[in-house]
Formats: sequence, structure tokens, C-alpha cells
Amino acid sequence: MCGIVGLFLKNSELEPRLGAMLEGMLTVMTGRGPDSAGFAVYGQGGAGKIKMTVRGSKLDSVAAEIGEGVTGILRDTHLVLTLPSTEEERVRQWLALNRPDLTVTGVGQRIELYKEVGLPADVARRFSLAGMSGTHGIGHTRMATESAVTTAGAHPFSTGADQCLVHNGSLSNHRSLRRMLEPEGIGFSTDNDSEVAAGYLTWKMRKGATLAQALEASLDDLDGFFTFVVGTETGFAVVRDPISCKPAVMVETDDYVAFGSEYRALVGLPGIENARVFEPEPARVYAWERN
Amino acid sequence: MHVVDLATTTRRELNQQLHALAADTNDTHWRIDNPEGQHALVAGLDAPVTVEIMGHAGYYCAGMNKLATVIIGGNAGVGVAENMMSGTVHVKGDASQSAGATAHGGLLIIDGDASARCGISMKGVDIVVKGSIGPMSAFMAQSGTIVVLGDAGEALGDSIYEARLFVRGEVKSLGSDCIEKEMRPEHKQGLRKLLQDAGVSEEVSVDEFRRYGSARQLYNFHVDNAAAY
Repeated sequence: MCGIVGLFLKNSELEPRLGAMLEGMLTVMTGRGPDSAGFAVYGQGGAGKIKMTVRGSKLDSVAAEIGEGVTGILRDTHLVLTLPSTEEERVRQWLALNRPDLTVTGVGQRIELYKEVGLPADVARRFSLAGMSGTHGIGHTRMATESAVTTAGAHPFSTGADQCLVHNGSLSNHRSLRRMLEPEGIGFSTDNDSEVAAGYLTWKMRKGATLAQALEASLDDLDGFFTFVVGTETGFAVVRDPISCKPAVMVETDDYVAFGSEYRALVGLPGIENARVFEPEPARVYAWERN
Repeated sequence: MHVVDLATTTRRELNQQLHALAADTNDTHWRIDNPEGQHALVAGLDAPVTVEIMGHAGYYCAGMNKLATVIIGGNAGVGVAENMMSGTVHVKGDASQSAGATAHGGLLIIDGDASARCGISMKGVDIVVKGSIGPMSAFMAQSGTIVVLGDAGEALGDSIYEARLFVRGEVKSLGSDCIEKEMRPEHKQGLRKLLQDAGVSEEVSVDEFRRYGSARQLYNFHVDNAAAY
């Protein structure tokens, strides 16, 4: 099971409503995934700054403790740190040394990434998703079938700066891919197969592939069932395995591109009544980039 | 006309109202507003009524249909008209995977495209798709007819038994034991009738189609065919 959603805005006037639209889509997918939920939102970024989303407890004073130039916005169990991009390595080391209990969920110029156990509506409310603005976002509702219901097992997974992936399906060659990717410097924080897919794309893009090229390559190298929705700082893409094992519905208008595991997830979007709703073809990469 | 608004009525209430209809009901025309992609809409009908769904439908719409005419104004999700016994289901938009799966009878008309596995394990239904159909369509099809005005995806008719497949456009590839067959007069006659039923006999000619069906080599186990099963 599992439900996945994605929204990529073309019309900047809709950006203040991104979170509200995504929350509606995510909540409808509760039936496909009531165990946990997660989402990534690409919001504003500052010049020379990066955002680091950290998950855990006792987060109130973390930003101050790390030191000067670091600020934090607390949302329930997640803290979004903003820091000079030159400080990333120092902050990671500080966290590893002083707060090993915390997990970094995502890092990048614009990405913020939240995930938690519970009903999607509750998760969205705890992180105030409805109030978030941004250019694009992706989300996931999980029905755990292969591993325990834990926050770490919730999607999205981020393995590179401003990159994230949600996955519906299961991969059968993730162990061998992991063994190939780890010596290449791709790090993993869970045993999850979907995190390996994210790492694979990160590896391909690090070697110079575009998002679309990385996904094209994944069709050859990944074995199993998958519908992926992937975000990068400026891009948004969808791909399904060659036998289209997992459901997918998309809509594209002048204002946005949206993805849902089922059409129901798209019902609340503006202008949907007259929009072109289509089912993405198997083994075909659909990708959009912001200008 | 009986109008049911799914913004204020639950799907279960709607389906129960339709299931309660007697065979000689005078309530023969229904309109369903605000379907919003809900699943299992108007499944299990067993009365000669017409139901118009004013928008997109979710999974298994009009499943197990008997006698009724169901018109879906938008797209249909997975398994539209699955296991239909009789009647007509007409999708004005596209259909998702497994349209008409296992259906025994009736007519399924899809104005747009149907995606993967259209007519999988069909057992007597007639399916007319005005657009194209996706990969693995007519997989293990047992009887009935698929007519495709557009193209067919990979592995058409894999492990097919006795269903007839008529494709006007290109076939990407044929599945195991599916071959092109001669178009004889009786095939053209049956095809003409289905094109008429689907309202497209003026636009397309039976001469534009090619026929595909079973080579009948996989009916019984033969060790030489082990790789094809």
C-alpha cells in the first residue's frame, strides 16, 4: 500500500498556498497509509545559507548551543536550523559529538523535511504544514508492510542536498545496490529499501546526471516495484516501474503539476474540474524544472 | 431523474439505494454528482437502469454490473466494470489498469485510452477502446472481443485462449501464443456490429483493423513450451 503525493507549482501566486494544498492531498491518502507520514517542502532560501532539518526531542536550545550565526525554527519534534553554508560540516560534527540522539532528516538551500508516526492529518497538523509556503513539495503516507512502524522508516528520504524521494513499492536488489553505493561515499541511516533508491539517484546526479537522466538509469538498475516522486532544489519528477505495479495519477495545468496515488488526492486542487488528468505510463520519466 | 449528490450522501447509501431497485423499477435514470474519484461507485447493480456519474470515478466502478447502463463522465480508476455480467459501461475519459477484468458479458466502451492489462482474463465481455491500450492487455483472455481504434502496448494477448482482438493501429509486441490471424467475413461482421454499438461505425471501417488471437499452442502442457508458460 502507501500513498504518495507531489505538487510542483508553475504559478508563483500559488506559493503561499503550497502547504495547504499538500496537506489536503496527504490527508486524503490516509486510507493508503495510516501508520506514519512525512513531507518535504521547498521554501525560501537565503544567500549563502543552508537549512538543516533535525529530528528528536529537547530541541529548544540546540541552535544557541551550536553557536553564533545559527538560528532555529522549532516545529514539534523537528527543528529547522539555518546556518552559513560554509558551516555545514562543523554543525554536523557538533551534532554528532554533542547530540548523537538527533537525526538530520534533510539538508539543502531550500528543503525542509518532516516525518513522524501517526495519522497523516495529525502529522500535518503537528508540523503546521498548512501554513507553509514554497515552490514544490512531496509527501508520503505509510502502511508498513516490510519493517516496523518507526519514524526512521517514514518517507521522504533525503540522501543529498535538496534532494528527496518518496516511494510506493518495494525493491528486491537494494542490498546489492547498497553494497555498491557505500564505497562510493553514499551514506545511509536506515535499512530501508527506499533510502537506497534515494541514494542511487544522489550518486547518479553527483556523477553529472540530470534528475531525468538519473531516473532513466534507475529503470535499468533497480529491480522491483516502484513509483517514485522525486524533488530537487529546482526539479520535480515521477517514474513508474515497467509493469506499473503501483498506482499513479497526474494532472498538469498552467498553474501546477500534481501527482497522487489516486485521483481522490487531487480532488481539492484549484481548477481540477477542467484539468488534464492522466495516468503516467510505465517506464517513462516525467520531469519538470523551474526556470 | 433521480439525483444523488455524493457531497451529502455516502457511497454506501448510494450503492444500497441502487441495490434495492426492483427489476421493474420506474426509477430508471440516475445522476450521481460529485463522485470525486471515490472507489466502488455503483458496483453490483442488477436492474435495467441508467446511471450517469458526473466526473471521475475511483477503483472498481460499475464492478459486477448486470443489466444496467453506467456512463462515467470522466476517467475511471483501476478495474472499471471488472467482472461485468451484462449491460453497458461507458467511460467518457481514460480508464486505468485492468479495465473489464474477468468480465463475462456486456459492453465496455472507453472513449479515451485504457492503461495496462485491459481485458485481463476476460470471459465474454466486449470492450471497445477508442484510444490506445497499455501493455499486457488481454492477458489470459478466455472469450469476448477487444476492439482498439488506436495502438496496443507490449505483450498483447499473452497466454490468450479464445478471445478476439482487433487493433487498428500498431501493436508494440504480441505476447506468448498470440498471433495475427486472417480477417474472415464473420469477423468483419462481428466487428462492424461492435463499432456500431460504440457509435463509431461512420468514422472507421472494419478494413482498417487487423485481427489477433490464440495460436492454441499453450492449451496443454508440453515440455518444449516450458519457457513460455
